[in-house]
Amino acid sequence: MNHLDELEAESIYILREAYKKFGKLGMLWSIGKDSTVLMWLAKKAFYGYCPFPFIHVDTTYKIPQMIEYRDKIAKELHIDLIVHTNEEAINTGMGPEHGRLVCCKALKTDGLQQVVEKYEFEGLILGVRRDEEGSRSKERVFSERNKDYEWDYTNQPPELWNQFKTDFPKGNHIRVHPILHWNEIDIWEYILRENIPLIDLYFARDGRRYRSLGCAPCTGTIESNATTIEEIIEELKHTKTSERAGRAQDQEDAYAMQKLRKDGYM
Amino acid sequence: MGENRETVKIVVVGHVDHGKSTVIGRLLYDTNSLPEGAIDRVKRISKEKGKPFEYAYLLDAFEEEQKQGITIDTTQLQFFTAKRDYVIIDAPGHKEFLKNMISGAASAEAALLIIDANEGIKEQSKRHGYILSLLGIQKVYVIVNKMDLLAYSEEKFIQIKGEFNEFLNTLQVTPLDYIPISAFYGENIAKKSEEMPWYKGKPILEAIDDIPKDKELSGKPLRFPIQDVYKFDARRIIVGRIEAGILKEGDEIHITPGNKTTRVKTVEFWANKDTGTVVSAGQSVGITVEDEFFNKRGEIISHLEAVPVVSNRFRANVFWMGKNDLVTKKKYKIKLATAEVEAEIKSILKVIDASTLSGDEKSQKVRINDVAEIIVETKEPVAFDEFKDSKATGRFVIVDGYDVAGGGIISRAEEAVLTKGFLKEGLFLNSKIFEEYYYSVLDNSIKNVQTNLNIYHVGDIIPVSGATFKYPDSFDIIGISDGVVVLIRDKAVKDILRLSEYSYSYLPLVNARGFGIKVSSQEEYNRLIKERGGTDEKELGKDVSFSNHWFSLNQYKVIQFNEDSVYEIEYNI
Repeated sequence: MNHLDELEAESIYILREAYKKFGKLGMLWSIGKDSTVLMWLAKKAFYGYCPFPFIHVDTTYKIPQMIEYRDKIAKELHIDLIVHTNEEAINTGMGPEHGRLVCCKALKTDGLQQVVEKYEFEGLILGVRRDEEGSRSKERVFSERNKDYEWDYTNQPPELWNQFKTDFPKGNHIRVHPILHWNEIDIWEYILRENIPLIDLYFARDGRRYRSLGCAPCTGTIESNATTIEEIIEELKHTKTSERAGRAQDQEDAYAMQKLRKDGYM
Repeated sequence: MGENRETVKIVVVGHVDHGKSTVIGRLLYDTNSLPEGAIDRVKRISKEKGKPFEYAYLLDAFEEEQKQGITIDTTQLQFFTAKRDYVIIDAPGHKEFLKNMISGAASAEAALLIIDANEGIKEQSKRHGYILSLLGIQKVYVIVNKMDLLAYSEEKFIQIKGEFNEFLNTLQVTPLDYIPISAFYGENIAKKSEEMPWYKGKPILEAIDDIPKDKELSGKPLRFPIQDVYKFDARRIIVGRIEAGILKEGDEIHITPGNKTTRVKTVEFWANKDTGTVVSAGQSVGITVEDEFFNKRGEIISHLEAVPVVSNRFRANVFWMGKNDLVTKKKYKIKLATAEVEAEIKSILKVIDASTLSGDEKSQKVRINDVAEIIVETKEPVAFDEFKDSKATGRFVIVDGYDVAGGGIISRAEEAVLTKGFLKEGLFLNSKIFEEYYYSVLDNSIKNVQTNLNIYHVGDIIPVSGATFKYPDSFDIIGISDGVVVLIRDKAVKDILRLSEYSYSYLPLVNARGFGIKVSSQEEYNRLIKERGGTDEKELGKDVSFSNHWFSLNQYKVIQFNEDSVYEIEYNI
């Protein structure tokens, strides 16, 4: 088995474990490359079926092409898609001008909580990766969130030998991270190998491309001439910039992501 | 970094403040693996906090860690050398966070054990050494750090080496080498130190390239623990990961502990490009088999010539990470490969002080951070191996309440003590028909208790009535999930057979828990069997609508009041 085979086998095992263990399970789909790989892995794990819904927390500030792409793919692949927006916050005028962390909390974290409550999810599958940023590098594969959606990262249970946390009090839920062990280049090499359909925002146009996708006001492009996956991989092998450098919320404060994630951010 | 390159996972362990994070920070810096701005960012934060710059801050992503200068949780980082890719696992050295250290170490195949040359060997140096040996990690480099504080003294290095070797030898661990370094000044990290010309070995970055990769497990006997059974369409796909060995279409396979033999019909794939007829160790796969008898999560598929052990007792070495002590006469859950079973600790043979290796043979409890030798008894028989024969099926975790609180490796299988049920040759029905149901006034809840722990064979007389149950003299017990039927005629066991060999007798039917089955015609029986096969088998028997439709709780059972908490009775064997 080569490196990508190993990563794939591990992720499929985790997805199957989540499906076996949680009655109410949903998968977050952000339309980006990571959660699209996750969708592909789910197809493999469940033989083309997808026995749980996909969830998109729509902040209404997403890059417009993302929404177009989302609706097109959902239709083509017959995905059971839940789109949720924190309408109350939007109606009271929430936006990045209120402060990026405040906005992320309201439109993403709170929006996600509303979906979890509405559908009573016990398990949420997310495409976060350890190499993205510091607080994610400390994640467990099955990571508990309490009733208030908080993450007690100072007291995480041991996780060994693929024996994950599957026992928890009612009202809590488990975040499942099937691609935690992948890195950015793994993702691209896998997309290339598997020929996975992907939104074209990642490819350079007029000398710039998106490396990470998010809300339009807070997501920047990078300088790049990479128009193919091969070129992107080559570019990443030589870059010294971090993947999320274009994500404004991360730069708000030295501990921005840790603070956001402690309160339930994805 | 690259599809066909090898990846090796290395855990870095050692006593608190001996410099693990600094070593890793250096490794990342010297291999050019840090993102642009990371050093500047850490310098900025250090300045903000009024502290001198440290490489360790590159790793300690969490606010608390930087405040206290200790690693709370495990961090995983990647870097690469010309030869291959590495995942470095930074495990905390503080005693309080031993569970995090174990989580990190459990997934590694090699280790760097860091010792501070100035402080020498400390409690956690030894404890971590012991835990590495328990986890079966044999490829260890001992890194003697902070040599700069001792003017790079060879004498001091030799002294530490001798002392620690003595300890490791008692664990049958022979380190690959001892490397003297100064992480702070980068001595013997990426290139050979000029400060220590007496050291003839390699610097860390070259030494780790010598770590032999774990051998492929595909050459070992087949171990395929069933993870789940899918029925999304006409196919009934058994899925799971092959932990060892190779499996081919057409292979004759054996399923334990259910003791069934069948043949692989197909290997299933979703993507066309993955199509094949052979699967091997490490892969997450799906197969269909010729005889569609009931098989379930927790069973292990093997070839007939090398089957796993089936028993409900084994001897194990455990490390305990729970807040509450590990004790006897308490119910725990054991997770072993994909099996999950209720268990209790039959005896605590020895509690070992991991830093001195001295054993206490009288202790009746295992405290947090202790290591112990115990005998585990599971409620149902499980399939497993001794750890030395098969790692993945020879280790388990202990769940106490909601959390994994301990981990263990099986050192020896003990003879099974089967309790309660019906046995004929390879067929065993774990029956609960003699369970008594009480309403405990003390706890305001219903409890089920089984005091009849006999094994009944063909010809044995059974008690058809008890305090809270009364069965007819002749009836059939249908073990729906086990696929085993027991025929009771005139209060005696007439026969025990597979569900597939059974034909409906028009006698009353009872399930394995002693609940009446609402079937009174051949047609109804056929429907029961059909629905049983069609309920996705995900949580069969726990499926509420299936149970409500087919089972009657009170046809043969009543619930009586009982003023005591009846929990204890279960252990009156």
